[in-house]
Amino acid sequence: MSTVANHTPDIAIDVHGLTKSFGGREVVHDLSMQVRRGTIYGFLGPNGSGKTTTIRMLCGLLTPDSGNGTCLGYDIRRDADRIKRLVGYMTQRFSLYQDLSVRENLEFVARLYGLPDARSAAREMIARIGLKGREEQLAGNLSGGWKQRLALGACTLPNPRLLLLDEPTAGVDPKARRDFWNEIHALAADGLTVLVSTHYMDEAERCHEIAYIAYGHLLAHGTVEEVIAGSALSTYTVTGDDLNDLTAELAGKGGIDMVAPFGTSLHVSGRDKAALDATVASYRDDPRWHWQDSEPSLEDVFIDLMGRSKDNFQG
Amino acid sequence: MSAIDAVHPMVEAREPAFGFWRRSYAMLVKEFIQLRRDRVSFAMIVMIPVMQLLLFGYAINTTPRHLPTAVLIQEDSDLGRSILKAMENTAYFRFTREVHDVAEFDDLLKSGKVLFGVEIPRGFERAVRRGDKPALLVAADATDPIASSAALGALGALVQTALEHDLHVGDPPDMPFEIRTHARYNPAAESRLNIVPGLVGTILTMTMLIFTALSVTREIERGTMESLLSMPIKPVEVMFGKIIPYVIVGFVQASLIVGIGALLFGVPILGSVLLLAALTTLFITTNLSIGYTFSTIVQNQLQAMQLSMMFFLPSILLSGFMFPFAGMPLWAQYLGEGLPLTHYVRIVRAIMLKGAGLANLQYDTIALIVLMLVAMTIAVTRFRRTLD
Repeated sequence: MSTVANHTPDIAIDVHGLTKSFGGREVVHDLSMQVRRGTIYGFLGPNGSGKTTTIRMLCGLLTPDSGNGTCLGYDIRRDADRIKRLVGYMTQRFSLYQDLSVRENLEFVARLYGLPDARSAAREMIARIGLKGREEQLAGNLSGGWKQRLALGACTLPNPRLLLLDEPTAGVDPKARRDFWNEIHALAADGLTVLVSTHYMDEAERCHEIAYIAYGHLLAHGTVEEVIAGSALSTYTVTGDDLNDLTAELAGKGGIDMVAPFGTSLHVSGRDKAALDATVASYRDDPRWHWQDSEPSLEDVFIDLMGRSKDNFQG
Repeated sequence: MSAIDAVHPMVEAREPAFGFWRRSYAMLVKEFIQLRRDRVSFAMIVMIPVMQLLLFGYAINTTPRHLPTAVLIQEDSDLGRSILKAMENTAYFRFTREVHDVAEFDDLLKSGKVLFGVEIPRGFERAVRRGDKPALLVAADATDPIASSAALGALGALVQTALEHDLHVGDPPDMPFEIRTHARYNPAAESRLNIVPGLVGTILTMTMLIFTALSVTREIERGTMESLLSMPIKPVEVMFGKIIPYVIVGFVQASLIVGIGALLFGVPILGSVLLLAALTTLFITTNLSIGYTFSTIVQNQLQAMQLSMMFFLPSILLSGFMFPFAGMPLWAQYLGEGLPLTHYVRIVRAIMLKGAGLANLQYDTIALIVLMLVAMTIAVTRFRRTLD
């Protein structure tokens, strides 16, 4: 069985045409993706876009309606049991036992995976995730950040080869998030593949590769630079006073696809550079505003993708 | 402008007219909507009263008739036959078996296959004609006083009836023979002797069922099922892991009830304590398996509780714990055979009060094992390994 896994040592996830419906509503549509071993792969998309469903199909928690593929070289339809042994899945909602202590939760996981010495494995993990001194605290009483560390600790405890993290940093403070990402990078450096879903743009930029999914469709993938370049979006950053007036004026004008405030500045973007310039020309001379040619941010790209996909799939 | 702003929130914060009724109404509407969405709860609202009514109305009979009776005929005589006929005519007795010696008699009573045994002794008719006033022996299983007392009471009038029809010797007021009744196992007809052993089973049914009925739904409701399913564990392993701790809990519980029963209520344990412990453990496991099966069927903890109630109610009514089993119509008896409590009530009464051994209890033991295996099989196949 390990020989099967060794046939494709460099591709951790390789799936084609995954489709899944719930109650007649298609949640994931014809999704294909490849994730190379040792990469941190960011999975982005709005709420309800099918990220969680896709992750669940990858680790055997859901059976795809159609499509197939492999996870760590094992067939996601037939070899769910083997995949489960090699995959650590961190659920979106905290899903360890709230009424067990930190130590008891980790020992439970260690025993379930048949680690030879569950006690010492749990002890080592507690030290590693910095929960020393809190071993006997009930998991339910931990704060959000600690819960998240415990959950990560639990899913890395059995030494998985692939981590599936479903919005692991939702509701966690910036310091804890940074620590978390440092840990993820350390794990990836050891050869672990990480698929992580997130809403945060700064986190997306910490990934080696990203994929954007909306309404069940995979819309873009590649490195952050590739995704931005592939968007063909032109953006101006406007600074100055009365930006609200400008926002109101630009709304609905030709060539303007998106106007978004970023603190004291405004991002004005359009897919058609010529049309955008034509509309913008009449405002460029206004002394209140300073216009600057700039790169679209990842967020601009995603909001644009989302808007377009809405037209395509929901219209 | 700022003056208005300052006043405005105070106006808004005023208690609206009919505030109490509006808020109560809002709550009421919400509850109705939720109730309507929970189909199972809705069904239970109808099912539980209907079931109770039907069971009490049609199945429960506190003066049971057609009770299974064994006869030991040592003499084939007209008088003997007419006495048996008269007994059957009372509608209390139904002769289901004919035995050939006293040992067979005892076995049937011990295992609970018959509730009465009638013995017509050798030379009975001749003794009557001679005026010797011989005795006709009727042995009754009095562990359940409700079941046996009415039938025993009817025996008094029986001699009279038999005399009128068939016997023309001697003066009627002067009884030519006597019916000697022997209320076995519980001669004083004390109901606690009957209740306490049955209570062991009833309490165990209630507690065990609920323990495991909640176990899987709890994992689902708390969200822990998702991570459990993502780990390499098999349905059978989940089941055993969830059942075994409660076997110990149940065993402690059973020991407590039996211990208190013996100490405070003087209920004897005539049979083997070891056998009682073994079969009690089997019964506990059967109940836990059934509870676990419920757990894999229902959607949430409320439904699990309701399904347990749906199972517990007929268990109490149809098992012979509260009302005589033999007195129920046949369909209710068949239903009762499908309930573990029925078999355990027989087992526990037989061991504690009659001193029965495993040989007497084969049928009920096998029935419990079968029920357990069926429940476990359903549970393992029903257990959803995915979140589909």
